[in-house]
Amino acid sequence: MSTHIGKDFIPPDVPGKVTGEIKYAEDYKREGMVFARLLTSPMPSGRVVNIDASEALRMDGVVGVFTADDLPPVPPPGNPALASEYVTYVGQPILAVAAISEEIAESAIDKIRIDFERRDFVVDPIESLSPGGSNAYPEGNVLVRTQEEGPEGAPIVGAEIRDIKWPQSAIDAIKTGKEPVGGEFTTEWAFGDLDAGFADAATIIEEPFVTIGYPHHSLEARTGMAYWENGKCYFHGSSQSQSANNAGLARMLGIDLADLVFINEATGGGFGSKIGPYPFMAITGNFARVLNRPVQLRITREQEFYIGSARSGMQGWIKVGVKADGKVSAVDLVIVNDGGATGGGSGNSSAQHVTVAYQPESMRYRGISVYTNTTPRGAQRGPGQNEMAAVLAPMTDRAAAAINMDRVAFRTRNVLDSDGFQGGSQGPVTSAFVREALAQGARTFGWDEKLAQPKVNGSKVRGVGVGIGYHGAGGRGYDGLLRIAPDGRLFIHSGVGNLGTYSYAGTCRAAAEALQVPWERCEIVNGRSDKHLPHSSGQGGSNTIFTHTRTNWLAAQDAIAKLKEIAAADLGGAADDYGIGDERVYQSADSSIGLTYAEAAQRAMELGGKFSGQEYPDDINPLTQLAVQGLAGTGLIGVAKDNIPGQGQPPGVVVGFCEIEMDKDTGKFEILDYTAIADCGTVVHPKNFDNAMRGGAVWGVGMTALERHVYDPQNGLPANTGLYQNKPPTYKDVNLNTKMGGVNIPDPQNPTGGRGIGEPTQGASAAALASAISNALDGHLFNTAPTTTDMIINHLAGNSYSTKSLKTNTF
Amino acid sequence: MYSNTTKNGAMSVNSKLTRRRFIKGVIFSGAAATTGTGMYLAANAQSGQSAAERLVTLNINGRNRPVDVLPSETLAYTLRYKLDMTGTKIGCNRGECGACTVLIEGVPNYSCSVLTHNVKGKAVISIEGVKAADGTLHAVQQAFIAENSPQCGFCTPGQVMSAVALLNNNPRPTRSEAIDAMSGNLCRCGAYEHYINGVMRASGQLA
Repeated sequence: MSTHIGKDFIPPDVPGKVTGEIKYAEDYKREGMVFARLLTSPMPSGRVVNIDASEALRMDGVVGVFTADDLPPVPPPGNPALASEYVTYVGQPILAVAAISEEIAESAIDKIRIDFERRDFVVDPIESLSPGGSNAYPEGNVLVRTQEEGPEGAPIVGAEIRDIKWPQSAIDAIKTGKEPVGGEFTTEWAFGDLDAGFADAATIIEEPFVTIGYPHHSLEARTGMAYWENGKCYFHGSSQSQSANNAGLARMLGIDLADLVFINEATGGGFGSKIGPYPFMAITGNFARVLNRPVQLRITREQEFYIGSARSGMQGWIKVGVKADGKVSAVDLVIVNDGGATGGGSGNSSAQHVTVAYQPESMRYRGISVYTNTTPRGAQRGPGQNEMAAVLAPMTDRAAAAINMDRVAFRTRNVLDSDGFQGGSQGPVTSAFVREALAQGARTFGWDEKLAQPKVNGSKVRGVGVGIGYHGAGGRGYDGLLRIAPDGRLFIHSGVGNLGTYSYAGTCRAAAEALQVPWERCEIVNGRSDKHLPHSSGQGGSNTIFTHTRTNWLAAQDAIAKLKEIAAADLGGAADDYGIGDERVYQSADSSIGLTYAEAAQRAMELGGKFSGQEYPDDINPLTQLAVQGLAGTGLIGVAKDNIPGQGQPPGVVVGFCEIEMDKDTGKFEILDYTAIADCGTVVHPKNFDNAMRGGAVWGVGMTALERHVYDPQNGLPANTGLYQNKPPTYKDVNLNTKMGGVNIPDPQNPTGGRGIGEPTQGASAAALASAISNALDGHLFNTAPTTTDMIINHLAGNSYSTKSLKTNTF
Repeated sequence: MYSNTTKNGAMSVNSKLTRRRFIKGVIFSGAAATTGTGMYLAANAQSGQSAAERLVTLNINGRNRPVDVLPSETLAYTLRYKLDMTGTKIGCNRGECGACTVLIEGVPNYSCSVLTHNVKGKAVISIEGVKAADGTLHAVQQAFIAENSPQCGFCTPGQVMSAVALLNNNPRPTRSEAIDAMSGNLCRCGAYEHYINGVMRASGQLA
């Protein structure tokens, strides 16, 4: 009988959020703190010829100017904290000025004279690939990886920039929705017999598509504050993650892990843009050291648009073959990614979505990621998978219609199951029950009933849609750490970040469950690395629930084994003769013989060694070793690395069902109903599960209907740096009566049965809405994300709409 | 707690503190009119920088607070950097997001877009003044906890302020009225439905 898993609780930071008492990085001040501000590039592409800061440095109150020369060089294709010679996007930081007030720092920036040489710029990848097209960098226009890509959010390492151009025939082909024959790619994979697959097909869909990147716009900009004391750097950062920052940030600061205290009580959103240490942290920490004063580097909303990262856009072509029985027999996919100033794209993840949705008998993927002189790009909620879901859903509907198959039935026929595969390598999954989710969703939503209703009512037309969101949802190999204090309370140390998903808290429930400790007798220790926190995964990629219920459960198992050993040594018998319950370890044959957890913890402290953390396993991470050393002698220590055997990617899947009513006179639509069902194993925290599903649904509306970068193609200037121009959904843009549920079949590779759902919540919503829009318009394919009102009204008026030429970033 | 002096029906923006008036104030003060920036002073830098500052007494959360204020200073800045009341968040600093919402005479306002000099003699309630003197949380705060409404929490103080103002005026709003009243507060996490559920719970309409 579960005591914690699957039960609601209040995460400990929620009260502080409703009272305003919880602190974010910008809420901290320090005696003597100075204010740093950034001078950023006014142009999309150029060369810094000369910097003259002499007048600024003579101003009263200015305490220093910090440039790229003060930091280790970052050769391309790295994303430097401060530009050295070349600037490659509007808003790129060039230097920082520190002063005793922000007003002085800002005035000093006005006094700095920079001589630039302008360079040609490009804001559209296909334009850059065209013969004679501009290159975003002097070295070229394409990011080519020379070693395998790291996990989402990881900095780009092992890569070079090359100059690649396509023949005009290939450019013309992709712009008109044909295969770009002769175009060069940097990533390619294939499986199965593609020719045979298309030969077997009863129908073939061939379409171009374009998705437009957009900024994360976390509501808390990435302001940081750092100071140094006794050789240690204390860093208040805005990050999705906690422990995942330490190694990289310590490297940026040139210090040992033990000399960095990273403080991150709460973070005002990240969505992939703050998974690990980002380059600009190097400015704050190193500037504070140079000045020997606390430095707050405050990032404004506009600067957050520039440096806060964004989703990669894509321009693509897809050909899908479907057999008469509904099985997808062949997929041929081409993706040109818009990598912005950092060059990375997520085309491979987009292709992975196709493999999950279709489980095709054969498939080929070819991709290339092109630099543009636009903002840096990085992981954003389901990077690749979710935008692919949005454009694939209406095409999937068309394929189903071509063979007279119901759209839900078509998806049920093709989608991933437990014996299925994901990605180009056709790797296994731990388990998958998407068919059950589709059936449950169709029932809850009333799919058949809604299809049977009249579609047109005057100028209003209804549309119903269905979609699938997918993301890998778990990692392995991290550490768990906990302590039973001499008063018997359980302290669960978490290195997971707190960005508002509450999975840092939900995962700690696995330890409480295993040790059978009531929640009020547990305390989560988190938020500052000097609280002795273990090595933990980056808080992103839907992974935390799977990854850290495992680590916390394992740390609890280690503690249970030690409890039994101590009891056997003190009370006789073998460790196996003992069980636990009611915060005691006792003889299974006679429960009156035993020790309380408090007594056992006191004994652990007397015994020392492994029992109280003086000794620890060899395989734990150096960060966890430091944490255990810090806790040694303070109680009974449970610590373990996740070595649970098993293979396969734990899948996070959500299916969405959407009903809209569109006004054909205005192109506006209203979402009447949205139902989402997750296949994420056991739901660990039901209340939070519901809220995660709702929040992701809102993100899906942003992706499919609202959000995009807009750059002026003539001058390369961003036209929508603010929130309302951009624009994230508001209360008025979304459905506020979501119906949601979970299949709730436990994952066999997780002791609590859980997997994450952070990313696919958005993909499902984006796909279901796109499907509904298409359905309202008799199956019209926009092949765009977003599909904005102006595109809809232009289609209704018989006009062409702006992205038909596959333009991304521009208009 | 604080007294409810809200004017009837004035649920959007304080008409006396329009954005135009705010911008005029900034321009006349001679401050640099840079976009979206606030000018914050180092804790030890008041001397020599305070020539333009004037001592005013503000009524914040029912207490009189004397504070030196620059002509161009926004209320959000005064609260966060002069009075150390950091519960009020600055999300955009240009009147788009609502994270900095406070009540002025009971009416929700974006404090990033209100000059501190313009609230002299007016009752200002910030997030720190919402709970009772004995620490009891306001019904809205209790409901937001029960509904697990905040996600990242950065917009939450502003959402609380808008919800409190709504319920002061309209103790049993419909869902639609609640959505209208809250629509000036952005939530990038998309926690809108949980906030509305919190408002309905706080008004006793959701068990």
